Amino acid sequence: MVEVMRQEVLALEGRRRLYTGLSLALLLAVVLSGYSEASALNSGGFLQGLSKFLDYPAQIVSQAWDQGWAFWALFPKFLPALIETLNIAAVATLIGAVFATVLSLLSSRNLEVPPAAIPVVRRIMDIMRAFPELIIALFLIFVLGASPVPAAIAVAFHTSGALGKLFSEVNENIDVKPLEGLKAVGGNWLQRVRFGVIPQVLPNYSSYFLLRFEINVRASAILGFVGAGGIGTELSRAIGWGAGSETAALFLMLFLSIVAIDQLSSYLRRHFVGADNFS
Amino acid sequence: MAVISDQGAAVMAEPVRISVKKASAVPMLLLAGVVLYLFYAWTAFDITALLARAQLSKGALLISDAVAYKTHVTKNFRRGDFEVAIEGERHATFKTLPDWVTGDADKFTVDLGEGYVVRVEGKSLAFEVPDYGTIHAELVGKKIVTTLPDGPVPDWLNARDVKLDARPTFSRRVQFTRAKLEIHKFQYGWENFWFPFTSELHGRSFSELLSLSTSGDRLNPDQANWQYILSSFWGNPEWQHGHVAVALFETILMAVLGTVTAAFCGLPLAFVAASNFNPNGTIRFVVRRVFDFVRGIDMLIWSLIFIRAFGLGPLTGSLAIAFTDTGSLGKLFSEALENIDRKQVEGVGATGANRWQRYRFGVIPQILPVFTSQFLYYVESNTRSATVIGALGAGGIGLVLVETMRTSRDWENTFYIISLIIVMVFMMDGASSWLRRKLIAGGESR
Repeated sequence: MVEVMRQEVLALEGRRRLYTGLSLALLLAVVLSGYSEASALNSGGFLQGLSKFLDYPAQIVSQAWDQGWAFWALFPKFLPALIETLNIAAVATLIGAVFATVLSLLSSRNLEVPPAAIPVVRRIMDIMRAFPELIIALFLIFVLGASPVPAAIAVAFHTSGALGKLFSEVNENIDVKPLEGLKAVGGNWLQRVRFGVIPQVLPNYSSYFLLRFEINVRASAILGFVGAGGIGTELSRAIGWGAGSETAALFLMLFLSIVAIDQLSSYLRRHFVGADNFS
Repeated sequence: MAVISDQGAAVMAEPVRISVKKASAVPMLLLAGVVLYLFYAWTAFDITALLARAQLSKGALLISDAVAYKTHVTKNFRRGDFEVAIEGERHATFKTLPDWVTGDADKFTVDLGEGYVVRVEGKSLAFEVPDYGTIHAELVGKKIVTTLPDGPVPDWLNARDVKLDARPTFSRRVQFTRAKLEIHKFQYGWENFWFPFTSELHGRSFSELLSLSTSGDRLNPDQANWQYILSSFWGNPEWQHGHVAVALFETILMAVLGTVTAAFCGLPLAFVAASNFNPNGTIRFVVRRVFDFVRGIDMLIWSLIFIRAFGLGPLTGSLAIAFTDTGSLGKLFSEALENIDRKQVEGVGATGANRWQRYRFGVIPQILPVFTSQFLYYVESNTRSATVIGALGAGGIGLVLVETMRTSRDWENTFYIISLIIVMVFMMDGASSWLRRKLIAGGESR
């Protein structure tokens, strides 16, 4: 009897292993064929590219090296562009967070909003999240002209959807007892949200807000590249003109600021928001 | 329960009010800071000037142009020719005039509908506009002499010596310069979407096409009819369905390939970076800094470097995504590994399992849900990223979008590509959340 069961378990195990092996092999085949396909579609080949991989970095670094001390003078020159990119990200995150808060309050099941509104608001957030920022930015650049505003609007739009979803998950996990208490003393909906919901969700909101700010700095640098201003625009200009030392300086500034923001945001989250509150 | 008088309640409420005020002092200061910052941003972005400069009409025009196409009736004075063409394109010239244009090169009439009629004779034109009158214009020497009906000049009309431009409604426009005379008629729809204008398949109904594809007589002696129909559609020079489809495929390929590579490089490195699997602090530190480095360099910079080395194409995009996300996924996985339950690993170890078996049966099952859900989430978001880095030059649908936007006089092409991108992103979104729900018990976490 035990032997039969053992056989059965072993057979099951063998079959499972076979399936796992097969799916892994399938995945590997997809990846390999994908790479060969990608390599075929690419204008340069993989192997010849590999040999040239370090050429460009080496070129810009050597040009920067040739500049000597003058290289460091490029940093103050590009500081306004960097500040512009940070401004785009900050404004977009702030405005996005405001909209996200409203949307998330309207899409949480435990906050006594009209039940019909919840799925509608959720779909709206899904659409805002999925809509590529690039398209909004390009359209607005066409209408408003090249300036940081199109990028800020585009990033804010995406942020509203992305943060809204995370915020509504936070809202749904709160303790509803304070809300009941506030209702019992006659607090209206806004007062219940202000005194019952906001104090509970603020730590998590801040944590997500900081994470989003970090992501948005990258996004606004990239949108600058298609003409929205800031460090991306400078970068695209420098690369277009083949100005190696300027390119190196901009790369370095972007890298350092991203790392700095990364570190700052994780420090803030750990020390002010509380370690248990970040995802 | 004790009954508290109103006065008593007020007395009790006072300390509460004070403490609420105190507690909200810091948030209020923060809020004031945010408002001040937004004021600063308003001036830094120079929004006042921007609002003055903004051409909202351009946006409206763009949107309406996206769903309409225009037919040009052009008379060129230098060459003396006269033609009717869709979007003024040479390859979309009408061989026989449409029914709203009558006459010949010297004297013709264009009926723009609803009483708007343009009559052209030699180098003069008469444009009948209902509720306004008839605009007469003639090229005398090098000057365009315009005679308007009495009354104030409407704002849709711009008459100068060198150019007359009249657009009484969105869909009707007359332009008269020294070199040529052009009349535009806008019609709703996407013209030539299915087949090129010159193709004999153009303008046929679906059932006609269906019967053609199965009938024996070949339109093109080299191909069967269904092949001919498909290849005319696929190779449509204006809409470039084939080209666009390849670009879409490239973008999805970039996202999937990049994320798969990142996941497979990130997983083993995550073990090295997790404190409970690698006791060697130095190596841990190095691997973590590598994660931070590839993540910090950012997809933008990686793709610019890879474009130099590998040229345009999906390989460039895949590698840029793979590099950046090896850092992000590696970091996430190593955090997940540090949070696993030791007991399961010990349990597997107690049955005599060796190191690899402990990993395989004690660790992997615990992090598999995190692994899968993060992987799917990244594929989804990388579809968007692949579009963006494509626009920077890596190729794919992003590049096609930017190119059509830069070169386009026809916004319907741009609009078509935008819709395709949105459909693609939504489909990837849907597929990823469906898979997450299917594969991970407990539903849509994250």
